[in-house]
Amino acid sequence: MAELTYRDAVIRGIAQEMERDPDVVFLGEDIAKAGGVFKATVGLYEQFGPLRVRDTPISEQAILGAAMGAAMTGLKPIAEIMFSDFIAVCFDYIANEFPKSRYMTNGQTKCPLVVRTGNGAGSRFGAQHSQSVENWCMMIPGLKVVAPSSPADVIGLLAASVRDPDPVIFLEHKSLYPTKGEVPDGEIVDKLGTAKILRPGKDATILALALMVPRALAAAEKLAAEHGIDCEVIDVRSLVPLDTQTILGSVAKTHRAFSVEENPRLCGWGAEIMSIIADEAFYDLDGPLVRITTPHCPLPSADVLEDAILPNVDRIVERVSKTLNS
Amino acid sequence: MNDVARPANTALNDDIGEDVRLKLFETQVVIREAEQRAYDLFLQNLVKGTSHLSLGQEAVAAGFAVAMKPGDLSFCTYRGHAHTLARGVPVEKVLGELMGRDNGLMRGKGGSMHLTSEEHGVMGSYAIIGAHLPIACGAAWRAQYKGQKDVSVCFFGDGTTNIGAFHEALNFAAVWKLPVIFVCENNFYMEYTPIGDVTAVPHPAADRASAYGLERIVIDGNDADAVYREAMKAYDKARAGGGPSLIECLTYRHSGHSRADPAKYRPEGELERWKERDPIKIYRERLKQFGIADAQIEKIVSGVKATVDDATEKCKAAPIPPLDILTTDVYADGGWAWRN
Repeated sequence: MAELTYRDAVIRGIAQEMERDPDVVFLGEDIAKAGGVFKATVGLYEQFGPLRVRDTPISEQAILGAAMGAAMTGLKPIAEIMFSDFIAVCFDYIANEFPKSRYMTNGQTKCPLVVRTGNGAGSRFGAQHSQSVENWCMMIPGLKVVAPSSPADVIGLLAASVRDPDPVIFLEHKSLYPTKGEVPDGEIVDKLGTAKILRPGKDATILALALMVPRALAAAEKLAAEHGIDCEVIDVRSLVPLDTQTILGSVAKTHRAFSVEENPRLCGWGAEIMSIIADEAFYDLDGPLVRITTPHCPLPSADVLEDAILPNVDRIVERVSKTLNS
Repeated sequence: MNDVARPANTALNDDIGEDVRLKLFETQVVIREAEQRAYDLFLQNLVKGTSHLSLGQEAVAAGFAVAMKPGDLSFCTYRGHAHTLARGVPVEKVLGELMGRDNGLMRGKGGSMHLTSEEHGVMGSYAIIGAHLPIACGAAWRAQYKGQKDVSVCFFGDGTTNIGAFHEALNFAAVWKLPVIFVCENNFYMEYTPIGDVTAVPHPAADRASAYGLERIVIDGNDADAVYREAMKAYDKARAGGGPSLIECLTYRHSGHSRADPAKYRPEGELERWKERDPIKIYRERLKQFGIADAQIEKIVSGVKATVDDATEKCKAAPIPPLDILTTDVYADGGWAWRN
């Protein structure tokens, strides 16, 4: 057991998979000699050499297209898109190419690749470098979508993504890079499609993802201390595949569900999960399904404004306590 | 613009050899007959949806495919029937896919614009302009990384040269020195609009080559020999580690852009002028120049026609796809499950 940052967990996760399988290759902008703009790939170029860890031009379409062509013909590429906002300039591969090739070709084409990308707000970068785009990816049949919240999950879920035979969008939260957590020694391999109950509770279920997970956990402690409300906090971790059984099982116990979503409100991941709960667990519910999200608004840059627009501990506490006490 | 491509040097040069010449001819005739049949089947409402034919552009597909080795990879656009057939995919599989039958190449799940047969090296037909140039780079990167000697050949139209992915892929391939060949089929129309009206340079591909440190290459795309020779040069260079090539082939489509297009925007007489340089007509003459008897030529043509007739009947009689394949192969486990 060692304490590791989320950032160093990315490095360890990639290295673990590259050591295991020579077909794992890694490409992206500034990822090799520079070690990544978030320093989340430092040392990989030195360890694995210029043939396996390759700097690319600022050409997001070329990065994802090349990853796909390599994946189709036998490699297991990891491609980095520096900021998840940039997915918009190469969305053809995310929306049209990776996820549809297997289906359209009646199973002939494979596409085992991972797109790692820096997602989320908190860095004061403004509206085009701070978005949470998990819902852009979640809506597309054929993709898998993963967003870890802890260093141990980064390694385990990254390993599971690299070993997965389908294209996986792996969303690393930029504000979590400096955070620390305990990480077991040796190889770590997790499982996609598994949510984790991080805090058991009996009064309400709070569903969260990535940066919203530590906020939901802090809110749960406050709700217990100040309002006597015992919340169960679930880290959804994997949006596709989605672990609905863990979520529905929790709601059957607590009879209440809240989602804490960093994405803007419309069509956020919580909407899909809440519709599943409404459809399949309606009679378990004692109250409304409540989504706590960023508003339907671009993200501002100034620290005070950015902090104010995202769901935070106080907003979570307020919405949960008001809903349960009304 | 719109000048008929200059004839290549037609001086008798036996560098290609009879076996290859007969293969080049037969491949062009297969494409011609199958494409014409696809068109006829539209008119009978047996092919639905859209379709983009390569009538008149057969020499490009034949020249590049015949020059390939087994294991070389083709990446096509939505105008991909020709390149798929040229790699030896059976006519029945192609027509079956166009007709939405269970005997189709992808059992009706892909359709005309997505023909794929990995066992023949046809790594997909891509219907988003430019998407497959970077993908071909990736396949070439795999060959380079693994020390394999296959080449990736990427076909696209003149319209593709104005989309970002074209420029990203060219630069990427040049910087990484990838064994990939970019083949621009310049048929002079992006879709309905003349390419010259929307492009800053006269030769939409070749005039961009220098920006990526590549040789400027323009060839007569209606002469299968010229295409074959240029293909061999580019493949040899790529296999030897010399990096990518960009080849602009001047050609012309006899039909409209797609099924919906009667091509009324063409100036009077243009189609007729190009039909005088019909690639199959040119090649028949070429075979005669090399002493191939009319009877042998006709035997090839009638054999192809019989194959296309037979394929058509088989497709008409083939079952429609069963509904139980509706949601198969979304994910690698064979199904579409996204939740537990």
